[in-house]
Amino acid sequence: MTSNRNKSRSLVLRLWRHQESRAVIIQILTMIAIFALIALIAQNVVVNLAAVGKEFSFGFLLWPAAYDITFSPFIEYTNQSTHLRAAAVGALNTLLVALLGIIAASILGFTLGILRLSRNWLVSRIVYVFIEFVRNVPILIHILAIYSMIVVLLPPAKKSYGLPDGIFFLSNRGFYVPSPIFEAGASIVGIIFVLAVISAIIFRQWAKRVQNQTGRIYPVFWISVAIVVGATGIAFLATGMPLSWDIPALKGFNFKGGMALKPEFLALWLALSYYTACFIAEIVRAGILAVNSGQTEAAHAIGLRHNRTLQLVVIPQALRVIVPPLCSQYLNLTKNSSLAIAIGYMDITATIGGISLMQTGKEMETMLIVMGFYLVISLIISAFMNWFNRRIKLTER
Amino acid sequence: MTKQYTPGTHPDLPPPTRTRGPIAWMRLNLFSSPLNALLTILSVWLLWLIVPGIMEWIALDSIWTASDRKDCWAQMNEPRDGACWAFIKSSFQLFLFGWYPEDLRWRPMLCFLLFLIAVVGILKDDLPGKRYWLWYAVAFPFIATWLLIGGFGLTPVPTTKFGGILLTLIVGIASLSFSLPIGILLALGRRSKLPALRTVCVLFIEFIRGVPLITLLFVASTMLMYFLPPGSTFDILMRVLIMVTLFASAYIAEVVRGGLQGLSSGQYEAADSLGLNYWRAHQLIILPQALKISIPGIINTFIGAFKDSTLVIIIGMMDILGLGRARLNDPEWLGLAPELYIFVSLFFFICCFSMARYSLSLEKRLATEHKQ
Repeated sequence: MTSNRNKSRSLVLRLWRHQESRAVIIQILTMIAIFALIALIAQNVVVNLAAVGKEFSFGFLLWPAAYDITFSPFIEYTNQSTHLRAAAVGALNTLLVALLGIIAASILGFTLGILRLSRNWLVSRIVYVFIEFVRNVPILIHILAIYSMIVVLLPPAKKSYGLPDGIFFLSNRGFYVPSPIFEAGASIVGIIFVLAVISAIIFRQWAKRVQNQTGRIYPVFWISVAIVVGATGIAFLATGMPLSWDIPALKGFNFKGGMALKPEFLALWLALSYYTACFIAEIVRAGILAVNSGQTEAAHAIGLRHNRTLQLVVIPQALRVIVPPLCSQYLNLTKNSSLAIAIGYMDITATIGGISLMQTGKEMETMLIVMGFYLVISLIISAFMNWFNRRIKLTER
Repeated sequence: MTKQYTPGTHPDLPPPTRTRGPIAWMRLNLFSSPLNALLTILSVWLLWLIVPGIMEWIALDSIWTASDRKDCWAQMNEPRDGACWAFIKSSFQLFLFGWYPEDLRWRPMLCFLLFLIAVVGILKDDLPGKRYWLWYAVAFPFIATWLLIGGFGLTPVPTTKFGGILLTLIVGIASLSFSLPIGILLALGRRSKLPALRTVCVLFIEFIRGVPLITLLFVASTMLMYFLPPGSTFDILMRVLIMVTLFASAYIAEVVRGGLQGLSSGQYEAADSLGLNYWRAHQLIILPQALKISIPGIINTFIGAFKDSTLVIIIGMMDILGLGRARLNDPEWLGLAPELYIFVSLFFFICCFSMARYSLSLEKRLATEHKQ
């Protein structure tokens, strides 16, 4: 009997000491542990949900939401609409503020990054202080502070600032701008604009081919601009200028007409933009500094002018360093937009993950929807950035 | 054709342009080109517009002693002419400790002192008995928990009494000290040769990094109860700490993975050829080098986690920001938002900026070591 036990123990020991079988054992044990944990959690969830009389279903999405969303620029929404529609409004609001935030943060970030590298001591110092101050204070404080600045410090609608007076209005009700009214024929202009952009792209590719074959360089940028602006302008004039502006005007205590950028939206957008821009600025600066100065000198030595050096030598190499962290900043901005809930901007976290959750008590389902939404966006942005990264990757021969 | 001079007849050359002194410095750094001159003038104008006004508001016209905002404004030429720091001063104890019982406040203060000692023990390289300092640093979170919560001979304090800077530091330091080991394990798991282990780690890291912290906090506040065995209760602070720690550890895992990838494969092969097994190789050869490379990244992650600790106010916990905002609704100090936000920003700025500077100096030191 003892010999039998020894044998079986030695078998286990032998398996454990053998590298490959040990790997299999460890993995099997890991999977068992993980599945046991999941099973335990699932069972707890079932028991706990039964105890409070809830069931796991997404049927609540079709119930009327019964709360108002003041900011829904894309789809119709009333408090009689369903939770599903509320979620869609929230998702679109998140996408809107994230997209506008990414655009503004990129422009501001690249500008700040280049100014930070300026040989002008004063400018570079001012930008440095700004960047360091903004980066080291939590984004939530920025959002709340900007929001309270808009609501408390800006004048009421009656005394709003005009920039210039009579067209744009800045007050504690938000920023009112004229909204475009498209008349008949505007769609033709739109189609011609798209066609012009496409032909400009084709022209660029043709010019590149010509340059590769013959070495002739066309002023590609100016010709593309001429194609797009010219074609669109001619179409605009030919169709009889089918565009007018709805200018906001003060009626009583608030504005009528025009397009309103609500304080919540403005605060969130501004704070997200300049906060992320400061991180982007540091990334851009590091990227440009990472390009060896020998590259610039070599470009000058083969007779490239300053602009062409930047365009053909420095920026392509800097982009390789810049793009991966830039991608994670875009992701951060999108995820940070969920802080909208702190100031009442109705994004997806505030609608389905906030009020709908509270009203229906469906914590599990609503949080699944919200997390799934952010995961999908993250995946899309990283897929796009991976593709872009591959495109600009160093081709080694 | 250059002009030829016979020796001794050459006229004096003009003196060289100044290369030293303030004027030369200004010419070089502020007015080197027309564009730079324009930028300089614009910046000076901008500073002139902004700085004196802010300085007056913050310092010169500010009021430090007052009983409420009316009293504050009565002391100024007109309301809101200056900052009313009396507001911060009157609530300062509250901002520091929250509702921690007043006679027990020596405990958080002692904790903070012990924390500083632990930090010095970790950061200084040339301390005698470095090993014991590190053991102390590992033990510190547990000592701190005992001191703060009480029990075992100390008066217990419920965590609902925690607030203000105390809570901010608890969330920050706890997530900081527990996320590092978890993050290292996750990074090793992600680079493991075992596919099942690797998949689990990748899924976990990518999931956490793909969702905002705020959704995880919602999970902690509303959903976590369903995951636990029926009838068990779990302190909300504990739940939040677990979530913040998991969140930070996923980010640290990525930083450490970067450090691991930065090592050449020769290091792994050398460890193998010495006959070291996986754990010994990592303990003695791989991790010391990988962690050294990733220290700046780890500190940056800590800064991020510390800033993210403010998000707990969204699920109703009263850290420094939450407590301050609650005070803003107090009729005595209604609407003194600028003062509050400046104070809170300054607190975070000092903490995060000093960490960032330390990380930068460390980076420089490590870089020179690599260059040799």
